Amino acid sequence: MNDMNPDSARPRTTVDKIWDEHLVAPGTDGAPDVLAIDLHLVHEVTSPQAFDGLRARGLKVRNPGQTLATVDHSIPTTDRSLPIADEIAATQVSRLEQNCEEFGIPLHGIGSPHQGIVHVIGPELGLTQPGMTIVCGDSHTATHGAFGALAFGIGTTEVEHVLATQTLLQRRPKTFEVRVDGQLHPGVTAKDVILSLLSRIGVGGGTGHVFEYGGSAIRALGMEGRMTICNMSIEGGARAGLVAPDDTTFEYVHGRLHAPNSTNWDVAVDGWRNLRTDEGAEHDRSISFDAGELTPMVTYGTNPGMGFPITARIPDPDALTDATQRDSLRAALAYMALNPGEPVLGKPIDVVFIGSCTNSRISDLREAARLLRGRHVADGVRVMVVPGSTEVKRQAEEEGLASVFREAGAEWREAGCSMCIAMNGDQLSPGQYSVSTSNRNFEGRQGKGGRTFLASPLTAVASAVTGRLSDPRALL
Amino acid sequence: MSESFSSVTSAAVPMPRNDIDTDQVIPARFLKTVNREGLADQLFFDWRYLPDGSPNPAFVLNRPEMAGRQILVAGDNFGCGSSREHAPWALTAWGIRAVISSSFADIFTSNALKNGLLPVAVRPEQLGRIGSILESDPDAELTVDLEASELRLPDGSAIAFKVDSFARRMILDGTDELGYLLAHEPQLEAYEASHPPRVSTLA
Repeated sequence: MNDMNPDSARPRTTVDKIWDEHLVAPGTDGAPDVLAIDLHLVHEVTSPQAFDGLRARGLKVRNPGQTLATVDHSIPTTDRSLPIADEIAATQVSRLEQNCEEFGIPLHGIGSPHQGIVHVIGPELGLTQPGMTIVCGDSHTATHGAFGALAFGIGTTEVEHVLATQTLLQRRPKTFEVRVDGQLHPGVTAKDVILSLLSRIGVGGGTGHVFEYGGSAIRALGMEGRMTICNMSIEGGARAGLVAPDDTTFEYVHGRLHAPNSTNWDVAVDGWRNLRTDEGAEHDRSISFDAGELTPMVTYGTNPGMGFPITARIPDPDALTDATQRDSLRAALAYMALNPGEPVLGKPIDVVFIGSCTNSRISDLREAARLLRGRHVADGVRVMVVPGSTEVKRQAEEEGLASVFREAGAEWREAGCSMCIAMNGDQLSPGQYSVSTSNRNFEGRQGKGGRTFLASPLTAVASAVTGRLSDPRALL
Repeated sequence: MSESFSSVTSAAVPMPRNDIDTDQVIPARFLKTVNREGLADQLFFDWRYLPDGSPNPAFVLNRPEMAGRQILVAGDNFGCGSSREHAPWALTAWGIRAVISSSFADIFTSNALKNGLLPVAVRPEQLGRIGSILESDPDAELTVDLEASELRLPDGSAIAFKVDSFARRMILDGTDELGYLLAHEPQLEAYEASHPPRVSTLA
């Protein structure tokens, strides 16, 4: 690996360094660059048409060893010894199994100890490493950026391109520095940092850019908190977001199944240390804010940018001058059945969902269990805890977290995307309110007619025990 | 492989709302398909149909005169959210060939261009002007001319728009990117010879 370019006088960003290292062929005559892909994660939902495309052209998968498949989106999170009741989902899962068999791709299917949400198992297996290019037919691929990888979601046509060539045609993105200094107060988490960023820049604020997160508050986070932040980069319109790797990163990767072995470790780390943005390198845009000013955040509308401190009141559409903006906010509040000026704190809720590629890792479950221990879920509230992977589930059971959830009256389920995307039967009924640790509060995202408040695992637990949207700081 | 496209003239489907995400374009529960069939019926499904399954008379696509229209005019930041390519598949299956907005999400843009669906980004004030035209004459015809890279309005004026030059050529020719990538075999072999895989999922 040679991520440093000592002959170059031009200071480079982390994105530049990764890009330059993966350039198979620079674009000529107005064409984009041909970019090499180190790791391609595949799941059941966005791949079948891509495999059909390969068959139609008589193509093979170029590098099955740089490809890994799992099932996560459409599978049930109930008893895994039973067949999948939804025939359409069952067909999709068996199609992935057939495709992996035919094309020689390793698959962590149902029953594998490594099955889980793609963005949870990549890091868990040590496949996600600094300096890599990582893609998946899923917009939350940005998660892997937490390791200082350039990781982004792609469509099914691009899935086919990567399967066939292990490359993609891409234009170099702009960079957007997000600097968060200072110290988070107790009860305020990585989820609140990203929801705060999104509320500042809006859901389209990062379009065309990659976020480079930095500052002392980001450095102070563990890897799983960094993953939560990078995960939701796409909710700000940025296809990717990353944190330059440091000792926290190396410590997390070290010793994992696919991490460099002891012979290669030091060389790998030396290369990774060079990935940080050079002094003097320029970003196209930047924003900074102080972690110490943040409070628990929650969304009130129908996109992740419509968030505010949990103590705030619903904004008034009539205060907006732009007609389309006004109508869009009105439509969002009508869908959420919320009124201008009313507080969200204390709003009765029906369901709490703790899970998703944003907040389903072991540290999320530890934090949630710590707050829940000795308390009980409020009457009439359904609480689903869905670990991000089968390994997270095993670990949580071993640590006794699962019994904390069960004894408090929560459902402890099998690993998958579950009610984040509500494809598998885990869903809200029309009109229900959820507090969800997932990433999207779009209309119908958690079930047709369902209404989502996005929040941190701590806010989710506080709301679960009171039955109302609640500030976790009151329970600390 | 997409159809070739050079110019489309059509009345427009107005959808003046910001941040229309791909979960609205096609809800996730329809992504369990293993092919591309039936997507036209699922386009904007949860806006299009009431809970009892009947068409929502208030939703624009259900107005009889919308049938056959090929241009959608949406609010800012169209196509945000999920990377599902089912979104452009569903739009084109219904018959939409171009979407006009003041901006588009990156992954949607990429997916649309690979399916011969043109994202036409205009400035916010231009989008406002188009909205006013459609309000005063809902049947006004617009022309999206990719060859000239301009959008022509009923009053004879034109708005220039930018499309990625490479994608533009691919759409005009009706070709796709995979052939282009496959032609880079020598460069790819050279790259792979000097860059051993960083991980092996087979190990």
